[in-house]
Order: sequence, then structure tokens, then C-alpha cells
Amino acid sequence: MKRTWRRFKASYLLFSFKQDKTAIFSLAVLLVLLVTGLLAPVFSPYDPYDPANIDIMNSELPPSWTENGEAAFLLGTDIQGRDLLSTMIYGLRLSILIGCGAVILQGCLGVVVGLLAGYLGGKIDAVLMRIADIQLSFPYLMVAIFISAIFQLAFGIGRYEDLAVPLLIVIIGLAEWPVYARTVRAAVMGEKNKEYVEAARVIGLNRWRIMFRHVLPNTMTSVLVISTIQVANAVMSEAALSFLGLGMPVTKPSLGSLIRSGFEYIFSGSWWITLFPGIFLVLLVLVINLLGDWLRDVLNPKLYKG
Amino acid sequence: MFAFVVRRITQALFVMLIISLVGFSIKNKIGDPIRDLVGERVTPAERELLRDKLGLNDPFVTQYLRFAKNAVQGDLGVSFFHKKPALAVIAAKAPATLELVFGAALIIIFISLPIGVFSAIYPRSAFSRFTMAFSTLGVSVPVFLTAIVLIYIFSVELNWLPSYGRGETVSLGGWDSGLFTVDGIMHLILPCFSLASIMLPLFIRLIRSEMMEVLETEYIKFAWAKGLHRKRIWFIHAFKNTLLPVITVFGVQIGIMFAFTILTETVFQWQGMGFMFLEAVERSDISLLVAYLMVVGAVFVVVNTVVDIIYGLVNPTIRIAGRK
Repeated sequence: MKRTWRRFKASYLLFSFKQDKTAIFSLAVLLVLLVTGLLAPVFSPYDPYDPANIDIMNSELPPSWTENGEAAFLLGTDIQGRDLLSTMIYGLRLSILIGCGAVILQGCLGVVVGLLAGYLGGKIDAVLMRIADIQLSFPYLMVAIFISAIFQLAFGIGRYEDLAVPLLIVIIGLAEWPVYARTVRAAVMGEKNKEYVEAARVIGLNRWRIMFRHVLPNTMTSVLVISTIQVANAVMSEAALSFLGLGMPVTKPSLGSLIRSGFEYIFSGSWWITLFPGIFLVLLVLVINLLGDWLRDVLNPKLYKG
Repeated sequence: MFAFVVRRITQALFVMLIISLVGFSIKNKIGDPIRDLVGERVTPAERELLRDKLGLNDPFVTQYLRFAKNAVQGDLGVSFFHKKPALAVIAAKAPATLELVFGAALIIIFISLPIGVFSAIYPRSAFSRFTMAFSTLGVSVPVFLTAIVLIYIFSVELNWLPSYGRGETVSLGGWDSGLFTVDGIMHLILPCFSLASIMLPLFIRLIRSEMMEVLETEYIKFAWAKGLHRKRIWFIHAFKNTLLPVITVFGVQIGIMFAFTILTETVFQWQGMGFMFLEAVERSDISLLVAYLMVVGAVFVVVNTVVDIIYGLVNPTIRIAGRK
């Protein structure tokens, strides 16, 4: 443990991180957002899921600094009379949860597929990559919308809304795994003819051990780089699905569904219900993207360009 | 070359086969055609009789073959809600979506080209730096948020532009067009700008980096040495070679824009295919949903195949690489 830490302290990664003000700033903002989101019950003034805190008389109150605002609700309230700030923090938690969950799922799926296809080659490679190609020829957002529409019809809207979090993770995971598969495959193809793999083969290790213990760790650079960008993508996809009414229900809103419910009231001048969750969402995606850009520049792996 | 075309077309047919299988499974497992046909008063026994008569108790493969045969002949079933053939419903909505994409494409071309070229020629100017920073931000803003902000500024606060619908349209032989009336154009502005906003940052960056790369090449240095006028070097010599990769990416991104039309159309209540699709989901109109899936799938497959074949014509290495 101590050795890893010392190695990390001397690494080029940390060195270039310290040089880059944007990266430091992004990481700081991201950490703040993550901590606020994950510890939502601690930070939010009210519990938006508790009906006792909701009073319909408080609905559509503007932010506290405006004329009609109330000091109790810093950023105002939404249409159901929930404190907007609390609802946003809980929504942020859901967005982060779904985003990371979806990336873990698509990562596992894509890495296994890419590894098998790249290392074993031949028929398996042809079949798996054909599937990935076919799916990649459609925009991932469209695939996600289709899958969620089908799920919603198959489960019925009531049950879909109950199971929304795991279902969204599955939907977004299924829609985006080919990106991982292609990247890992390309990296494996580059690694598998190197001498250390040859050596491992010569001492008679079986191929599963070579694949997962020797080749896989060497593909992790590219996986790490696309993972950051994929988290941003997954958060965006979740927001888009929720905005279309195919994601989180209004009772347990994510940032996307909050924007959706606020949009219906924007014509009556209630801009805050849309704007604040929107800023939260953009901030979250922006800092992840900035970190992803920085990581790509520093690690500079030969990524598959598609 | 002939072998390449044949292989590519076989592949396209195979993809269509998979899409139709998916579509049919949805229809078969989730949809209930009897519900679409009869009212509530019909007894279970009569329903069963109707099922038999319509061949809904046949084996999966027989039913699939029937579905595929009808689909090839352009019959994708009848929409439960509209009581019309699903394909006709989609065809009626298609012009709206196509005009939206067309308008957005025009905006992208006319904004990203000048800005991209300018920031490649003067990468250190304040304007270039500003656009670069702005485009990083632009990638992170979801399209529906851009659309809502545009509506709030231009429709709610300033009241300059309409916020929903297509406005006045002119019928041109079955094609309801909003391009020929002032009202229609006014309605197009906001949706097109929102749709364009997702692609603009990407294209500005792409054009900039391609152009900067071209400006570093030997033949541009030679043109400078030859004493050509700078405008001639920038806009004739360098610009032409910048365009090639840009056009390629543009073709791919147009397809991706179709996915985003679903979002844009929802915000603006735009009566296009995407809006229709979401309505179909809400109404559990499975025939229409499956028909949409098939049509969009077919469009993507055809476009991808044509693009690939053109590629093969232009760039022979692809033909060989694909063969392995």
C-alpha cells in the first residue's frame, strides 16, 4: 500500500495534474458534487421523498432572494411544493448512481467481449465484432430510447417506474457497451503479440490466465480514458431519457425529470425549476468532460477512432 | 469492387433481418392485435376464434415469415390509434423531421465553417480562444436544455419567435412544407438552432484542427514560398483539403442528429417522426412503434451501406482491409 502511494506520488500523472489548473478545478468541483450527491440526506435541508415535508401551498415559490421568495426555500420550490435544492441534491445522487452503474455494467460487458474477441480472434472475433458494428451503426441515444420504450411497454408504466433505477442502468449499459468492446479489442490486438505474452504462453499458462492477468491490465489505460467520457455520456443519456418521460418518475426525480417537470411551467414564468437543475447537470457533465480531456492528453493511449 | 458491393449488400440484408426479428418479437410478445381490433364486449371465446382466424396461434416462424413478407411489400401493420396504415402515418410525419434536420444542417455549415477556418488561421486571437472554451461548454449542455433556454429568451421574455408547432405549411404534392411561408420559417428557427447546437462545437473543433494540420504541410509552405496571396493559400489551397474529412464526418453526424430530433421535437411539440414515436409509446401503439423501428432501421442501414460503397469507390484500401 505504502509503495503504491509512493509510486503514485512520483508518477507523471500526479505531476501533470499539479500543472493543470483546469484539471485541479474540475476535480475539486467534481468531488464537491459527488460528496453532496452521495451524502444527500446530510446536506439537503429537507427530505423530498417524505410526504410530511411537502405542502402544496408552497408550490412554485421563487428563489429566496427574489420578491416573493421565502427564506426557508433557498432556491424556491417545484410544482409539488418540494424544496428545489433538496430535490436537486437527491436528483444529483440518482444521476450519479445511474451514470456510474451504467458505466460499470457496459464496462464489464464491453471489456469481456473486447478481450475475447481480440485475444481469441477468428470466428468469435468476427461474430462479436459484427454485433458491435451493427449496434454502433445506430446512434447510442436512439438505441437507448428504443430499449427503454420497449421496456416500458413490457413492464407497464407503474412497474417501470418502481424499477426505474436498475432498468435505466441496464438500458444505458446495453446501449453503449460496443464502445468499450472496440476500444479493448484494439488495445488487446496491440498487446497480444508482445514478448511478455509470448513468454507467458511458453511457460504454459492457460489462455484465460494470460488474458485476464497479463493482457487485461495493459489495456486499462484506454479503458480509464474512455470511462470518464462514458460517465458523462451516461449521465447525459439518463437526463435525456428522463426528459422524454422514459426515465425516472416525477415522484423520485433525477435532474432530467426535474427539468422536464419545470419545462411545463416555464411559460408561466417559473424559470427556476428548469434552470437550477439544468445548471447542476451541465456542471456535472462539464467537469467530467474536462477531466476526461485532461486524462486523454496525459495518458495519450492509441484510442480506437470511430 | 463487385465482390465488395455484394458483400456489403449481403451484410445490410442481414442487419435488416435482425431488425425485423426484433420488431416482430416486440409485436408478438408485447402487442395484442385482438385488443387493437375489437371492443370490450367481445367474449374470450370469440377472441380465441378471431385469433385462430387471423393466424395468431400459428408457430412463431410462420407468423414471422408472414410479417416479413408484408413488410417487404410495404405493409407494416395498422396503427391502433390513428386507424391508418402505420407506414402512411410515418410518411405524413417525415417531412417535418427532414426539414428540421435540413435546417439544422444549413446552420451548422454556415456557422461552423467560417468560425472553424478563422480560429485555425488565427489560433491565438481572443475570439478563437473564446470559441474553443465555449465549445467545451457546448458539448456538456444537453439539447433539451438549450431548447428550453432559447424558448425562455426568445418566446417567453422577448416574444419574438413562436415556441411550438410548425406554423403555416404549404402542401406540395403530399409534402407539407414549412419552408415556403414566413410563418413556417419563423417556427423553424428555434428548433433548428437547438438541434444544430449539439453538433456545432464538434464541427468547429474538427474544422479547426483539420485546417491547422493542413496549414502545417509542405505544400502550403511551398505556396507561401512561391509568394501566393494569403487569401488564395487559405481559401483555395488549404480549405479544399480541410473539407474532405469534414464531409465524411458530416455524413455520419447527420444520422446521429436524427436521434436528437426526438428530443428537439418533444420540446417544441414539433409534429415529426420523433414526436409521433413518443406518442406511440405513451399510447402503447405497438404497431406504429414497430413500424417506426423498422423504418428508422432501414434508413440507417441504407445510408450506411451507400456511404460504405462510395468510400470503397473513392478509397480502395477499405475494400482490401474489409476482406482480411
